[in-house]
Order: sequence, then structure tokens, then C-alpha cells
Amino acid sequence: MKILLMGNPNVGKSVVFSRLTGANVVASNYPGTTVGYTRGTLKLKGKKIEVIDVPGTYSLTPFCKAEEVARDMFLKENPDLILNVLDSTNLERNLYLTLQILEKKVPTIIILNMWDLARRKGVHLNVKKLEESLGVPVIPVTAVSGEGIIQVIQSIEKILEKKEEHIPSIEKMDDEEKWKFIGKLLLDIQKIEHRHPTLLERLEDASVHPIFGILIALLVAYLTLQSIIGVGEFLIGNILDPFFYNYYGPLITRIIESTFPSGPIHDILIGTGYNYMESFGLLTTGVYVPLAVVLPYVSLFYLVLGFLEDLGYLPRLAVLTDNIMHKLGLHGASIISLILGLGCNVPGVLATRILEDERERFIALTLLSISVPCMAQTAVIIGLLGPYGIKYIAMVYGTLLTIYITAGYILNKIMKGESPEIFLEIPPYKIPHIGTLLKKTWIRIRGFLLEAIPFVFLGILAINLLYVMGIMKILTGLLAPIFSSILGLPREAAATLIIGFLRKDIATGLLAPLHLSPEQLVVATTVLAIYFPCIATFVVLAKEIGVKGMIKIGILMVTLAFLVGGIQHLILTNT
Amino acid sequence: MITLKDLKTGKKARVQEIVGGIGLRRRLESLNIRVGKEIRKVSSLPFHGPVIIEVDRCKIAIGQGMAAKVLVEVLDEDTPHGKS
Repeated sequence: MKILLMGNPNVGKSVVFSRLTGANVVASNYPGTTVGYTRGTLKLKGKKIEVIDVPGTYSLTPFCKAEEVARDMFLKENPDLILNVLDSTNLERNLYLTLQILEKKVPTIIILNMWDLARRKGVHLNVKKLEESLGVPVIPVTAVSGEGIIQVIQSIEKILEKKEEHIPSIEKMDDEEKWKFIGKLLLDIQKIEHRHPTLLERLEDASVHPIFGILIALLVAYLTLQSIIGVGEFLIGNILDPFFYNYYGPLITRIIESTFPSGPIHDILIGTGYNYMESFGLLTTGVYVPLAVVLPYVSLFYLVLGFLEDLGYLPRLAVLTDNIMHKLGLHGASIISLILGLGCNVPGVLATRILEDERERFIALTLLSISVPCMAQTAVIIGLLGPYGIKYIAMVYGTLLTIYITAGYILNKIMKGESPEIFLEIPPYKIPHIGTLLKKTWIRIRGFLLEAIPFVFLGILAINLLYVMGIMKILTGLLAPIFSSILGLPREAAATLIIGFLRKDIATGLLAPLHLSPEQLVVATTVLAIYFPCIATFVVLAKEIGVKGMIKIGILMVTLAFLVGGIQHLILTNT
Repeated sequence: MITLKDLKTGKKARVQEIVGGIGLRRRLESLNIRVGKEIRKVSSLPFHGPVIIEVDRCKIAIGQGMAAKVLVEVLDEDTPHGKS
């Protein structure tokens, strides 16, 4: 048995999915949160039923990759039942897809989601009459609070028992007939009271206003930076560092040294000593970097991102940046992949699926992979350069921003075609629900921990083994001439490029024991950010863009890394 | 009749015609921007930025080029339909 969740973007399909299956999926307040599909199971009287959450679509004629996924799932998965999720505040538009689904004669349940919001907005619907006209069950639901989900489950049970009795009777209509049908239906079942705009609604208009919108965006950017970097530094300086240096470090060292006073196992586990950024032992640096350096920033980033997502701010940022992005061959909606990429490049890469054409996706993916460092990398860069002053951090990010803009500008000029126009629904603002926000943040942090820690360990193990076996010496020896002549860096710095393929944070951390000057650190961290994606990003990137595209981007990255690093070196050593 | 691009911010209007290919028309229609619908222009960003319109409590950002292909009739503030 198979159930497919379908509906317009941003109607809350993923929330309904989580409610039905108990599976944890990320839901947000903007169209295009779900770009791939998620499978989950619903247990009904001991029977397991597969439930699939698919990306939202306005119609069965796709305009982007994500919508294509939705159409293909509908046509090829052979679902036994469709749960068609609708936004109760906007039935007219939502019903268009409903009619397209119903004419395919698959049993369907209609879920009128955001029922509470509809009431608050003064939209009154006659569910009974709607049910009669469409000939399928219609259930009002408020998925965020769980209201109505039990009725949905009961209805699923009933229909799946006797599927053949629940084939929709709606006949095929052409577009014009569909809209006429919907118009007539709504006259009959929908009443809308006029309500005065609330404060939140006034803020909605202000945040896309040409002047106030930009002021609000600057304020949001400032508060975001302050709450991530300010709070992050506070947490590390006052809680995590004292804990690691006063309690964890001495304890773990004592335990290990009592069993392995010296030798290779001691070196791999503890490394060279007490400075956890530099010692490169599995239990020292391997625990310290992901948990005490990276985790605070990653957690704060996801908390703030989740807040902005649930509020519905991201599409507004897309609108405000649209004209700038056009100069780079993109449109505003690609800002979402950039912002997600600043957390981790993997979801950033996937988020480009909401972009309409291949040229735009190629540019967005190229810019993302050459000039957007993830939060884990950022955390270590802050850790390394922070003590020398904000100036040096600004040099790294200023360089990366310049690359983003320049590369986009050039790609836009040399690639045939032009960027498509923005076409994006702007959801209403919603006050984020704290419980949901914390849960989503936790899902993402857990994802980070599960993916990062094994790779950090693997990275440190690889470093130790490569050094012990003498391979690192050979590899760095090969790269040494380039490193010293072009970049002005010692040969050991070349090791970062080898480990950077596993994890960028731990590779950046490799720079700590080298005691470089702040200028050298700027060059090294910038090169490391550009030269190649980490393995996790590489895999999804190659999948999204194909082998040929990947080779193109790969060559561009390596060339650009040394070119930019070389220029930085020249400028920094001559001033 | 004027285009959506030239419509003043804050004004309401009724869509009269969508001049453009079937693809554009389908796409706009799937978001309920179609002939006969009443819309309100919420904002318009400078330097060829997007135009934001409201259709049935729903806001949609579209490019200037698309906005130039949607012909509308301005609704008078005093008519029953245009009253805000």
C-alpha cells in the first residue's frame, strides 16, 4: 500500500507527513522546502503503509526540477491513495491541482490544512458541501497542532479497505472549464469576511518595500551575525573552553596515559598534548573541534535560520536581492540556496532544484561550491583568525564575496542565454512555534553530528596514518614548490588540501599547529575554501550536475584557488 | 488598459489579458493570475526588480518582463469592487 502526499508548495505537506509517520522531516514557511521525496511508514492495525512526502507543485505541468519530481512520483509510483493537502485560506488556486489529480481516477482524501489560520483570516468554508461536490472525503486539519489528523487516519483506513468504491467521479475538464467549475463551487461553499490588516500583515508589505525592505534586511543581517558570532564566542569562551581545558582534557589524558604511556596508540588518541586545536589526537582535537569549536556556531546558525524560515522571511530576501542576482545570471530565489549553503553546502546544492533552467542551476552550483564556506569551516576560521582581529576574517569573506560576484558576472556574460525571471510565492508571516522550531533545529544538529563526527575522526585518523607511514611527507613534498612560491606557505600547509576533501573544518584546523602569520592564515583558509568541495558535497554535486559539469567546476575551482591565493599573497606581503 | 508593470503600487486592478506564450499563461494561471481576477500591486522594486502582487490573500513576486505581459484595468477606488 502506498500513499502520496500532494499539494501546492508551502501548504504544510511535510508537517502532515511528520504527523502521520512520526518521521522527522524539515518543514519551513517558504515554497520549495521539500525538493526531493521522503518515504515514511504509517502503521494501521499492524499493517505497514508507505507514505511519501513529495515536493509541492502548482500543477502537473512542471516548471522546475522539484515540480518534476512531484509529477513523476504521481505518474510512476502507482499510489493507492492521494492525500491532497490544501491551504484553506486559498482554496481557489489549490483546487486547480485537486481537479488535475481527481481526473486521474486515483482515490483521494482532501485535507484542508491551516484551518485555524483560515478562521482567523475570516475565511469560512462549508466542508459538507465541498465533499458532496467533489465526491471525495474532505477533512479540516491544523497540522501544526495535530487537530484533525485522527480523522485523516480513520478516513485512510476506510478507503484502503475498499479502494474500488472510492474512485473519484470527477470528469476530465480543460483548463477553462476547471476554473469555471472552481469559481462556481466557491460561490457556494466559501464566505470571506473583510478583516483589517494586522500588524504582521503590514510588516509583510514593508519588508518588500524598496526602502523599508532594505532597511529591514540590513537589520536582519546585523542581528543574525550578532546572534551567531556574538553568542557563539560567548559560549565557547565562557562554557566550552573552560570545560574542555579544566575537566575533559586532563581527565582523558590521565585515563589514556595510564594505559598507553607513549607510543603510536597514545599519539593517535591524544596527539601532541594539551592544546586541543593543535594536538591532533582523536580524543583531543577530534572531540574538541566538532563539539567546542563548530557545534556552537552550527547550532546557533540553524536556530536563527529556522526562525527566519518559519517566519517566512527568506522569500522576501529573494525579492529584494533579485535585481542584483540577475547581474550574476541568477534570480532572487537562488539566495535561498546560498543561505542554506552557508550552513552546509549539501542542502545548499539540493535547494537549487527550485531554479527553473539548467544554465541558472549551473551558475548557482558553481558559485556555491567555489565561494560559499559552510558553517563548520567558518567556525574554525573564526577560531583561528579571531584572535588577530575581525580585519582578517573580513579579508577572507571579502575575497569570497568578490569571487561570488565576479565569477557570477563573468559566467553570465560568457554562457549563452539569460537568467529567467523570478516567479515566487511570498508566504504570509507566521510567528514561529517554539516547539517546532527547536525540534527542527535539533533534527539539523543531529544530522550534523551524525555526519560530521565520523568524518572528523576519519580525517584525524588519516592525518595520523599518512604521517606515520611517511606518505604525507611525499605528498606535501610534491605540492611544496607551488605552496611556497605562489602562496607563500610552508610545505606542511599542503596537508590541508589533502584532508580538506574529507572535512573542511578539520583541514582548516590543521593550520593551527603551523603557527602561521595572520596574513598566511588568510591565504591558506581562502584557498582551502575554494579549491574543492568536501566529499559529502562532492557526491551530491556530481549527482546534480553530472560528471561533465563536475569536471568543469573542478578545474575552475583548483585554478581559481591558486590564482586567488596567489593574488592575496602578493597584496598581503607587499603592504 | 495598462500593464501590471505600469500599475501604481497599492492600486487594485482586474486582469484583462495575458499577452505571451502558452507557457507563461499556464504558469501565471496555476498561481491564479488569470483573466478576470482582481489583483493588488503590493510593491515594485527599482532597477528592473520584481513586481509583487496580491491575488486572493496570496502574494506572488514576478519579474518585470512577466509583469509587462499582463494587461490590467485599474479599478476605481469608489467602485464597490475597488474599495479598500
